[in-house]
Amino acid sequence: MSLTIGILSIQGDVQENLLSTQTAIDELGIDGNVIDVRKPDDISQLDGLIIPGGESTTIGQLSLVNGSMKILKEKIDAGMPVFGICAGMIMLSKTANDRIVGKIDQPLLDILDIKLERNSFGRQRESFETEISMDSINISKFNGVFIRAPSVSEVGSDVEVLAKFGDKIVAIKKGNVIGTAFHPELVEDVSLHKYFVNLTNTLKN
Amino acid sequence: MLPLSGERLDAKGVVSEKNNLSDILRGTSTLKRGFAHMLKNGVVMDVTNVEQAQIAEEAGAVSVMVLDKLPSEVRKAGGVARTASIRIIEEIMDSVTIPVMAKCRIGHVNEAQVLKETDVDMIDESEVLTPADELRHIWKWDFTTPFVNGARSLAEALRRIEEGAAMIRTKGEPGTGNVAEAIKHIKKVNDELRTIKSIYDSGDNQDLVRMAREFKVSYDIVEQTAKLGRLPVVNFAAGGIATPADAAYLMSLGCDGIFVGSGIFNSDDAKERARAIVLATTFWNESDKVKEAQKMIDERQSMLGLDVNTLELRMQDRGGSA
Repeated sequence: MSLTIGILSIQGDVQENLLSTQTAIDELGIDGNVIDVRKPDDISQLDGLIIPGGESTTIGQLSLVNGSMKILKEKIDAGMPVFGICAGMIMLSKTANDRIVGKIDQPLLDILDIKLERNSFGRQRESFETEISMDSINISKFNGVFIRAPSVSEVGSDVEVLAKFGDKIVAIKKGNVIGTAFHPELVEDVSLHKYFVNLTNTLKN
Repeated sequence: MLPLSGERLDAKGVVSEKNNLSDILRGTSTLKRGFAHMLKNGVVMDVTNVEQAQIAEEAGAVSVMVLDKLPSEVRKAGGVARTASIRIIEEIMDSVTIPVMAKCRIGHVNEAQVLKETDVDMIDESEVLTPADELRHIWKWDFTTPFVNGARSLAEALRRIEEGAAMIRTKGEPGTGNVAEAIKHIKKVNDELRTIKSIYDSGDNQDLVRMAREFKVSYDIVEQTAKLGRLPVVNFAAGGIATPADAAYLMSLGCDGIFVGSGIFNSDDAKERARAIVLATTFWNESDKVKEAQKMIDERQSMLGLDVNTLELRMQDRGGSA
């Protein structure tokens, strides 16, 4: 059976994720395709989903409007692999606090038991690139692009820490759910997208 | 994919430092252009105070642009329009979680530096304010903060990108509530892109050199753009957008997102209109949703709008020849 991975296409850098995922599928030689999805019916057909970078308040509010929030939550709870990038990781969390504004009341999927801080490294001028290691998933060197990025300060007992930058957690995994504070779709290295495609493929077969 | 790295080796805006024993880089082209990529399919709203900024955030805006006066008020007030009060920009930065942009005058390097120090997320070198230097725009490679610039044509857009702009907005005529100029300019840019793409596909390099001379830009950027068949940075539409249908139409012409200036907070139904324009931008290709969005607003509450042919002040022309 052919694998179908979706990129949630509400707002943000959907195109970049389509390309990185397609490259990952091609390099792995897996029978699969990647599509942009927005409507609940399309989401229900997926084997795996990437929630891209963007503005989490916008993505959250608009996925409530067209009913995709509900089906996303159901599918992920039922075991569909999901990869949340930056805003996508915020979407997966239980609660979000902003570094300056504090507690924010925004629609979230409530999948990961993590304590998350938005805009954790500061504003755009403080956005940065640096080398990240995710040894537990055999990616020892990865160029992390952090854009007004969030970070995680505490994780629940079932959440695995994949990478840290200083004392801040910047990549996490819980079963079939992955979240990164940085943007793997903005670099040429598709190893993280490959990891996610493999994870989705293993689960399907 | 859009090329993220277009770095100049002499870019002073790129800062390298050591932090927690690792090397980190700030202000790279990837970070600046990448920031604009995160705004795609979104709406950036002009605001003049905290209350408006919060309405914008609640409506689902991806960012707010802080001005002293809305473009339509600038038009009415006359005189010199400058960057907004720093205190108001800071108040807004402290009260919303979405990125905050602010405008500086064309060519006004130090006004931009003030905004950089204020820590705004993006600087708009904007024709809505009175230009400070008609001959030279800011050399944006020297800033760690990304810039957005306006353009009415492909040549203007490429000149701004060569100066370091990380994002383009095709200009309309600001503060008019009339979308005609925005439509005209995005169509012009699209036509010009098709032209250089077909020259590129035909393999006629001499003709691309001719285009580069005509555009007053380097051959490299013309070749790169021709190969892509689109602007090499994120491109939003701006100027005169007042209704959900306006926004949806511009999205359908290939814009990556929308700037709304006076159209929202000059209307009498700002809250509903802000929300409706966001919905129409997101779901622009689902006509039933655009209709629902349009239904949320009342045309009797729309800003009156101006005929662009009878305007005394054409903001779009400012800085365009440089």
